[in-house]
Amino acid sequence: MTALAALIRRDIRIALRVGGGALIGVLFFLTVVVLMPFAVGPDLALLSRLGPAILWLGALLASLLTLDRLFMADHEDGSLDLITMSRTPLELACAAKALAHWLAAGLPLIVATPVLGLLLNLDMVATGAVALTLLAGTPALTFTGMIGAALAVTLHRGGLLMAVLVLPLSIPVLIFGVAASQAAITGPLSFGAPFSILCALSLVSLVVGPFAAAMSLRHGLD
Amino acid sequence: MTLIDLANPTRFLALTARVLPWLAAATIILLTIGLYQSAFAPDDYQQGATVKIMFIHVPNAWLSMFVWGVMSVASLGTLVWRHPLADVAAKSAAPIGAAFTFLALVTGSLWGRPMWGTYWEWDARLTSVLILFLMYLGLMALWRAVEDPSRAARAAAVLTLVGAINLPIIKFSVDWWNTLHQPASVMRMGGSTLDKSFLIPLLVMAIAFTLLFVTLHLAAMRNEILRRRVRSLQMMQASRVAFSSEVGTGSREESASKEAGAA
Repeated sequence: MTALAALIRRDIRIALRVGGGALIGVLFFLTVVVLMPFAVGPDLALLSRLGPAILWLGALLASLLTLDRLFMADHEDGSLDLITMSRTPLELACAAKALAHWLAAGLPLIVATPVLGLLLNLDMVATGAVALTLLAGTPALTFTGMIGAALAVTLHRGGLLMAVLVLPLSIPVLIFGVAASQAAITGPLSFGAPFSILCALSLVSLVVGPFAAAMSLRHGLD
Repeated sequence: MTLIDLANPTRFLALTARVLPWLAAATIILLTIGLYQSAFAPDDYQQGATVKIMFIHVPNAWLSMFVWGVMSVASLGTLVWRHPLADVAAKSAAPIGAAFTFLALVTGSLWGRPMWGTYWEWDARLTSVLILFLMYLGLMALWRAVEDPSRAARAAAVLTLVGAINLPIIKFSVDWWNTLHQPASVMRMGGSTLDKSFLIPLLVMAIAFTLLFVTLHLAAMRNEILRRRVRSLQMMQASRVAFSSEVGTGSREESASKEAGAA
């Protein structure tokens, strides 16, 4: 337990310090959201209708891009080998690393959401709904993306291939995240149903992600 | 004959060489019967002649999931039992599965145009099958991106097993969500709701398509084994050439140093 806590603390510290890159994710999120009005035109009514979708897409891409390095840096300096050989089960270590990554890179996205909501002309309720669904949904993105990160380190390939592999897995999260926030803002449908499915997706990926990532690390590192 | 006997690629090649002609013949006969029967099946009272698309569409859709299932079993074979042919099976199944999925999507949208009034609808069944198609393409990209086949095999196996979560979602999407796609009518509790005049051609076509998949898959596996052999022979030859030239330059250097020493 102390080992896992130490791992989480270490990862967060690395991510927040110089060269960490956790906050670059927020900057990327901001840039993507700012790009959208240029693409669809500065129509405030349209933007407020598309707002939840834009925020969700931005968060999805931002968390995917920062995930690329989840295991890579540890692999380069050799600490990944120590983690693999240590007495803590690799599955738990993977889960701890993903949790640390979510705390360092996922939470800032959610904190930034209200500010970006202002840019997209979202009202209080809409911003709250998007932030809440992001809070429930981004763990699923991190934990499924971790599988891609583990494959990236074992294959020495990152970037585009990983995006192609991981993005289809994150489609359900996107569907239910946007559906839940739309339901809270306008929809005739209830907020509860898609939101609970979103929570279920997060819980499932919480279980599946560490196992798949540990399996690919164990079989892939040699 | 157990699965472990097939671990020897040469034995596998010999066995499939004997089996394949029979399989191909059975596929052709069944496909002919199935196509004949579905061509002369009566028109539906509501859908008219478009019901015949179903005889192609449903077997393709079944196989799109069945192939991923085969790949998942093969992935278990790669990761758990380290069966030497498991990754060959997984690799050669992916393009075939992608083709079946693509055909299921295309025939479905051709049917959807006259019946639903749209080629594409973002409903749960269609979306989940589209995700399946994207995952097939992603797997194929993964196989192409990594040179070392054993490394690619393990990564692809992990990804295949993760992607297998999608299969029950596709199967039950029509029950869980209120979709435009009709719910299951052949395999369901309380018997099929299909009339016999449609059910029999459909089952014949399903068996024929499954045989088609088995035939294509075995042939693709043979090709893959042969391709790997050719590749390893090429590598051996290349290394022999490199080695001999290395020895050549080495001796030249040696003689050069000798000359230098003499001078």
